[in-house]
Amino acid sequence: MTYSIISIMRQELGLVVIALLVLFFDLVVNEKNKQKVFLIALALFGLHTLAGFFPFEGGNLFGGMYSTQPVHILMKNVLNIGVFLVLLMSASWLKTPQIANKSNEFLMILLTTLSGMYFMISAGDFLMFYIGLEIASIPMAILAAYEKFKSRSEEAGIKFLLNSALSTGFLLFGLSLFYAAAGSIYFDDLTRTLSQPSPLVALALTFLLSGLAFKLSLVPFHFWTADVYEGSPMVVTSYFSVISKGAVAFVLGILLFKVFPVFEGLWQNVIYTLAVATMFLGNLFAIRQKNIKRFLAFSSIAQAGFILLGLLHTDNLGIIVIIYFVLIYILSNLAAFGVAQAVYAASGKENIEDYNGFYKTNPRLALIMMLALFSLSGIPPVAGFFSKFFLFTAAAKAGYYWLVFIAVVNTTIALYYYLLVVKAMFINPNPEPLPTIRSDKYLRSALFITVIGIFLTGILSPVFEYIQAMVDKF
Amino acid sequence: MSFLLLFVIVPLLTVIAILFSKDIKQTRWIAAIGMSVQLLLSAALILMYLKIRAAGITDDFVMVKNLVWFPSLNFNLTLGVDGISVSLIALTSIVIFAGVFASWQMENLHREFFISLIVLATGVFGFFITIDLFAMFVFYELAVIPMYLLIGIWGTGPKEYSAMKLTLMLMAGSALIIVGLLGIYFHSAPDGGLLTMNLLEISRHKIPENVQNFLFPFLFVGFGILGALFPLHTWSPDGHASAPTAVSMLHAGVLMKLGSYGVFRIALFLLPEAAHNQGSLFLILATIGIVYGALGAIMQKDLKYINAYSSVSHCALILFGLLMFNRSAMDGAILQMISHGIMTALFFALIGMIYGRTHTRMINEMGGLLKVMPLLGAAYIIGGLASLGLPGFSGFVAEMMVFFGAFTHADTFHRVVTVLAASSIVITAVYILRVVGVFLMGPIKDEHHLHLTDASWWEKLSVGTLLLFITLIGVFPHFVTETLIGNSLAPALERLMSNF
Repeated sequence: MTYSIISIMRQELGLVVIALLVLFFDLVVNEKNKQKVFLIALALFGLHTLAGFFPFEGGNLFGGMYSTQPVHILMKNVLNIGVFLVLLMSASWLKTPQIANKSNEFLMILLTTLSGMYFMISAGDFLMFYIGLEIASIPMAILAAYEKFKSRSEEAGIKFLLNSALSTGFLLFGLSLFYAAAGSIYFDDLTRTLSQPSPLVALALTFLLSGLAFKLSLVPFHFWTADVYEGSPMVVTSYFSVISKGAVAFVLGILLFKVFPVFEGLWQNVIYTLAVATMFLGNLFAIRQKNIKRFLAFSSIAQAGFILLGLLHTDNLGIIVIIYFVLIYILSNLAAFGVAQAVYAASGKENIEDYNGFYKTNPRLALIMMLALFSLSGIPPVAGFFSKFFLFTAAAKAGYYWLVFIAVVNTTIALYYYLLVVKAMFINPNPEPLPTIRSDKYLRSALFITVIGIFLTGILSPVFEYIQAMVDKF
Repeated sequence: MSFLLLFVIVPLLTVIAILFSKDIKQTRWIAAIGMSVQLLLSAALILMYLKIRAAGITDDFVMVKNLVWFPSLNFNLTLGVDGISVSLIALTSIVIFAGVFASWQMENLHREFFISLIVLATGVFGFFITIDLFAMFVFYELAVIPMYLLIGIWGTGPKEYSAMKLTLMLMAGSALIIVGLLGIYFHSAPDGGLLTMNLLEISRHKIPENVQNFLFPFLFVGFGILGALFPLHTWSPDGHASAPTAVSMLHAGVLMKLGSYGVFRIALFLLPEAAHNQGSLFLILATIGIVYGALGAIMQKDLKYINAYSSVSHCALILFGLLMFNRSAMDGAILQMISHGIMTALFFALIGMIYGRTHTRMINEMGGLLKVMPLLGAAYIIGGLASLGLPGFSGFVAEMMVFFGAFTHADTFHRVVTVLAASSIVITAVYILRVVGVFLMGPIKDEHHLHLTDASWWEKLSVGTLLLFITLIGVFPHFVTETLIGNSLAPALERLMSNF
């Protein structure tokens, strides 16, 4: 029994061990060597990420409270890749004097939130799900407020905490209604007992979906997003926009497809409406943004709207394309954030107009940014095109041709504002462009990984086929 | 490894080689060598194609090769050509070859320029060599990135506006195309078999008529935007006027044909019943486009705008011919694609060269240029005569065939649109002769123009290549329409006629 717990929960346990080791080393090493803890954490987490890819049978634990299957492991692996990149990108920020003395706590908190997401993904009942959600979201408020010497960062932390509390309240209310309807919180029992849509179930589902929509910042539950993203440190913003968003998208997929497939008729329309509203509003607001972080925040709201296209129809293809989309979204968005981070670290500037003439002085960073933006907007040969196309394929499979059309129109709107940034970097003249930036080796290797990923995960099919194979075992 | 794949590999190798070039001399020579190889490859392809046909193989597509790409969705990179795509590949390689020499003195960010230009061409080549809808769409979209940068960075005039307008309008076209393609994909196996994006396999089944009626407008308008379908042609004048010379050449010469080819190959070929049901509506739009474009050209004073509007008119004629659903008109439409492709490339090349010397494109600021630069002037006149459909040049044969085919429809509706469309021949003559008369003939208006030089060797090469092919096609149109295209139209015609 003990052995099977270790073997089945090895990813969670591994992650917790790394987090605790970081804490331990932070306590025992002297002041001079504090920086080296980062290297240890990075190396361990890299190993952890790689280890996740070894083939491995899943199983259930604690009477069905916890279950893991190849597809869950795959989801965790995708998040791991993203977190690894975020860690690489955070290296230079963690060395800044005001942060350095608490850099190791940062790592620990970051890994803790990730473990919460793991539990959420692997949850077999609503209790585990809820615990995972709280482990993931409360420490995030700390991350948002990490630059507490800046009032905007503090504001972001408090805003995140309040909104997160509100949304959790909604969600919890929904969960309790499910208990009222089915008399159980186990997913297996719910699928067995709840076979007829009833008003109670509809109400419960509404609260559950609104709670998750807050976390995924879908319109009209998105109001916190831009302020929190803008105020948080750049590293944390990138973490919010890709990792936490990806995790919630996965969880939403699992809940809708595995727990509530019988209520497809109920949630399909909700998802449809949310998708249309989110894509349009996210995109239209993104056009007006002048700050690169707010800009990416709204663009990520719109991207979440696209993710919903994969969730419209209970079908394996939906899960496949969501995982694929999130993976590529992580790579592309992190590439964009990486460049923004490099610029911010070197010059403290984060407005789009500061990027005027960027290509003249920093051709490589400008090219990476361009690739990332083209991938986000979905233009070949970069990966974003393929993930978007497959997402549309999944929606069309369910017969939603008009939604596909609306989505592609939104891609066009999105292309407009992504091109505004490209225009700033390549076309707009600027007598005093940003000086040539030399970023540290961690950031450079992170950008290198993202660029390789952006090129290869799309045009070469094995990645997609691998995801397909994993999901088919679901 | 298939021979056809070389059409994508050679440009990509050229791009990689350019990355390592040291200065503009190396860059342009690498580009020139790469595109010369491409030209030779097309010649070889024509020979191989003719040999295959001579051997009595009558398959719809030859040199078919299936390269597996996304097996789980059955999206593949299926290569294959017929006479029509072979001719368009040849057209593309001629225009890009001339385009490289026309941009011989592109000093500003030369590496980036040639890379973008060649990536653009790669997209076009890729589109023509594949017969899998997904792969075709990938290549189609590939042309978007370089296009924006090429116009936005190296363009003239309101370049940022034009670049954005062009990119967004074409992307909106893609929005329509995606819906159409996915609709076809999910109806490609009515008997429960494997869904496919393969043109050939889709054409073996009949897509239900109500589905066709739903999808047809998406595909026709989607590709039609690129093929300058009225009233969605407005990107074309601005885009072509602002683009640098080689890009205007490639865009008007080849990319707009990509739109008409998509209309023909996907919308008409795969959705024939819907084409019949809705054809008249689009025929009206095409007719308006022909006349409107020609009238628009009369009103313009900027050489590039004149030519851009003329392209709108000529490309609408292609759609007009395709919508006639008979052999003669469709043959004429395909010939028009090739003939107009070369012709308009020649015009844009000449305009670019003239602008490079006079620094104006306004016809009323120039005069008597034929005396100063006899070679460029004479080439412009030849191009103009070809454009207005003088016998002996390619344009004449194409237009004759289109109108001849159109007149075989005896009903009033077709008669009326044909007469209206044919009136454009006169209007074309008006604006071509007016332009030639104003800025090539007459007294020299600007004294500075007296000291201008005539074409340099690379310009002669660029213009000469295009002139050569205009004349060749004019004298031997038979080679294109019969030997090369031959029965390639038959499968489409058969499908379009079967229920008629």
